[in-house]
Amino acid sequence: MGTPSVLWNVAKKCFTVGVITLTVSDLFASIVPVRGASMSPTFNPKTNSLLDSLSDDRVLVEKLCLRNYKFSHGDVIVFSSPNNHKEKHVKRIVGLPGDWVGTIYDVVHVPEGHCWVEGDNSASSLDSRSFGPVPLGLVKGRITHILWPPQRVGSVDRKIPQNRVSSS
Amino acid sequence: MENHGREAMARASISFACYTSPMPTYYRPTMSVLGPSMLPTLSITGDVVLVERLSHRLGKLGSGDLVRVRSPLDPNKTLTKRVVAMEGDKVPKGHVWIQGDNLYVSRDSRHFGPLPYGLIEGKVFMGVSNAKSIVSGFVHRMS
Repeated sequence: MGTPSVLWNVAKKCFTVGVITLTVSDLFASIVPVRGASMSPTFNPKTNSLLDSLSDDRVLVEKLCLRNYKFSHGDVIVFSSPNNHKEKHVKRIVGLPGDWVGTIYDVVHVPEGHCWVEGDNSASSLDSRSFGPVPLGLVKGRITHILWPPQRVGSVDRKIPQNRVSSS
Repeated sequence: MENHGREAMARASISFACYTSPMPTYYRPTMSVLGPSMLPTLSITGDVVLVERLSHRLGKLGSGDLVRVRSPLDPNKTLTKRVVAMEGDKVPKGHVWIQGDNLYVSRDSRHFGPLPYGLIEGKVFMGVSNAKSIVSGFVHRMS
């Protein structure tokens, strides 16, 4: 008589906690690790190849920006890769819809509903210079703070490259 | 006794908020009304479709399916179109080609190119024709 109802109560509580956690992480904010050195020195500044997963930076991703998809130049965003929806990338928004962005070879117009993203570490970053502008619908959140490691806890500032973008 | 009531109310309000949240979720089907780009399959006014959000995550999406996607031209809008081709020779990896059934008025992949798979939000699995007129008729009779 006692044990099944206790198990059932525990199961109900776990399910409720799970649903609440999932909803909070979808609607408000979640904490994710950043892999790779494409955003160095903003994230993962130590570019040794033996970067194990414990020393990755952990950041706060806010989801409130997804209500109306209004972003600013210099925002760091998390988005699903246009070539593989299962992968997520972290890059900085350099161009918004309507902007003209200068790359090495030419000047690209960012179409409506898209953004131009680049990693802070231009030398080793696969970004819009390879796969083109990214539809804003693929954006999954905006990174506002670094939460780990403790010596670099703080907010992530907007950085705007000079003389490369012309807004309409 | 009072604690029980408050706890029950807290639980009910949390589940209400979770279920009715406006953001996309994994488990919740949604209903929506559409325009003329999917004639004659779905009509201009008053069609409501039920969209399930699991199949595309499990990879169970193929050509011929009706899908709800986030528009690549405006992230605040969603479109309902048919998947005409999955990735392959003509369609790049990680993308699909979508078209509305009413080719004359539909703005789809013929206009904005192949659609990244990540923009797909769900698969349409049920439709109710004339839903708007059914609902407004019902409301009229009630008042």
